[in-house]
Amino acid sequence: MVTEQTPLTTPEEDEPTGEPKIRATDVSVYYGDKKAIDEVSIDVHTEHVTAFIGPSGCGKSTFLRTLNRMNDTIPSARVEGTIELDGEDIYQSGMDVVQLRARVGMVFQKPNPFPKSIYENIAYGPRIHGLAQGKGELDAIVERSLQRAGLWDEVKDRIEDSGTALSGGQQQRLCIARAIAVDPEVILMDEPCSALDPIATAKIEELIDELRGRYAIVIVTHSMQQAARVSQRTAFFHLGHLVEYGHTSDIFTNPREQKTQDYITGRYG
Amino acid sequence: MSEMRAPTRTPEFEARLKQRYAAERRFKLAGLGAIAFSVAILVFLLGNMLSNGLGGFQRTVFEVPVDLSRMALSVPATDNEASAVRSLQSQGLPEIVQYAAEEALGSEGASQINSEAWRIVAQEVIADPALLRGSNTYSLPTNEDIASAYAGDGKLHLQPLANELAEQGLLHDAFDPGFMTRSDATDPQLVGIWGALKGSILTMIVTLLLAFPVGVLAALYLEEYAPRNRWTDIIEVSINNLAAVPSIIFGLLGLAVFLTLFPSFRSAPLIGGMTLALMTMPVIVISGRNAIKAVPPSIRDGALAIGASPVQVVFHHVLPLALPGILTGTIIGMARALGETAPLLLIGMRAFVATPPSGFTDNATVLPMQIFLWSDQIDRGFVERTSAAIIVLLIFLLLMNGLAIYLRNKFEKRW
Repeated sequence: MVTEQTPLTTPEEDEPTGEPKIRATDVSVYYGDKKAIDEVSIDVHTEHVTAFIGPSGCGKSTFLRTLNRMNDTIPSARVEGTIELDGEDIYQSGMDVVQLRARVGMVFQKPNPFPKSIYENIAYGPRIHGLAQGKGELDAIVERSLQRAGLWDEVKDRIEDSGTALSGGQQQRLCIARAIAVDPEVILMDEPCSALDPIATAKIEELIDELRGRYAIVIVTHSMQQAARVSQRTAFFHLGHLVEYGHTSDIFTNPREQKTQDYITGRYG
Repeated sequence: MSEMRAPTRTPEFEARLKQRYAAERRFKLAGLGAIAFSVAILVFLLGNMLSNGLGGFQRTVFEVPVDLSRMALSVPATDNEASAVRSLQSQGLPEIVQYAAEEALGSEGASQINSEAWRIVAQEVIADPALLRGSNTYSLPTNEDIASAYAGDGKLHLQPLANELAEQGLLHDAFDPGFMTRSDATDPQLVGIWGALKGSILTMIVTLLLAFPVGVLAALYLEEYAPRNRWTDIIEVSINNLAAVPSIIFGLLGLAVFLTLFPSFRSAPLIGGMTLALMTMPVIVISGRNAIKAVPPSIRDGALAIGASPVQVVFHHVLPLALPGILTGTIIGMARALGETAPLLLIGMRAFVATPPSGFTDNATVLPMQIFLWSDQIDRGFVERTSAAIIVLLIFLLLMNGLAIYLRNKFEKRW
């Protein structure tokens, strides 16, 4: 399967302008000898939500995790090709992974708050990066992050309670607040709603839409409705290949590839 | 009709169901039996220890009135108790006590008073000099012969005397608080457990300070940093084997290595602690690795994803969450080390030590060694003293295990 790279010509009001935030070129990922991702090239733009869809095991999560080098924690994983963040190759030898992950935050499938207080969950990132001078500034960061994640009003009276005592949806918003507390440029979300009920999901989707104005957001999702609702651009993965990448409206209403058509109409997946 | 019946309603199915319930009942009974058996053994052990050992916290004493008002004794103004006792000795206190005993018990009875009995009077007088101005009754330890006779065995010819004095209320068993503050002695009436207890505490401190940091760091490195390859496999197998090595081998190692390096510290808690640390360290590594493995990977991912460095992930997240498990394993290892005798035999901690160690490099013995030494003695008084020492050791162990449970509950996080 040949990777599709031709820019779409369909006019859209939110056509990305300027240089892409992340530019991945011919990225392949191997787990040992097994090739999990085959020469994927994709551009991610700021102030956009980019959705990765595709059947289970198609490599969309693997590809997402290459964007902040979380695959480094898996000893057998190997990445080829280049991934540039603002024109700088993140896999070059001089790259500081700690700094990269501060710039490219991540939210996981299962909410994973630290078993500490709500305050400590948010304050941890700014503290280790030295983003706040003194308690007052740290308090301000915590409040601002929780407000942006739409959680402040629900937890402001119990900020010292354990983060793990919150409901699933609140925990996931806490994780989003934790990610934005270090002021990243990109937020990666790996199926952030798959463990949540529809109401909590709706809140997260609303939040993603609000956050879009500040960050480049990449979201992996199993739900095509969710991709259609929250994203501006959608990439369809199948068996480690990028089948089609374009405007969300084009992918869902007028896909160019038969495989995309089959997947979104539910013929397989 | 019959072929229409659902497969779960056939007689065969019901027979199988009955068998299943019967198997379940048998399993429950077997489990209950096992628990009852272990409880019975525990109750027997504790009951036996307590019934034998409570006598060990007592000693046989004479009630002797001593009038000190007409003696020109004075307590020197010094904080050093030993020199005050020496001063009272030179002022003739032993003779005064002996004379008072002859007055009260008759010459035959007074010959059975313990030669160190005057020290009791000396200590009480030093604690309260006002006693010098009047007559008081003191409980003075007997010697071992009449103590045996009073208990109903030992020398037969002393038994009438013992019975007579007991009937007059002059001879009886009394609680001996000094057992917890004295050290080893040749006379069972005069022994105490404090020297061995302090030796055990000092040895355990050395063991903990060496084994805990080394064990935890090794566990953290192996779990969080070390690549999985043949070398780490070899190290893992070696550590597991180390934990299974008989303790006497560690004693030989301590003898060969530590006593060659520090020959002047023979039978010191420092060397004992170092030897026991070798034995405890693998236990801490193994339990520590299991505790670290149990920390959910999602916590590590969460911390890494906001830009924590691997060291920060380990010390801010993994270690605090693994700490309850590590502490439990550590205290189990320490409890094993506390009860260990064999390796300490080899490095010379079986010496007769009559004064409690004042530091890590003094001669010392430990509780299990004291039990071993006393159980070797032939005097009847040592039998009860041995049981009493066992009770002290068991209480020390219970306190350590209680501490483990307390620490685990205190640091345990729920999510």
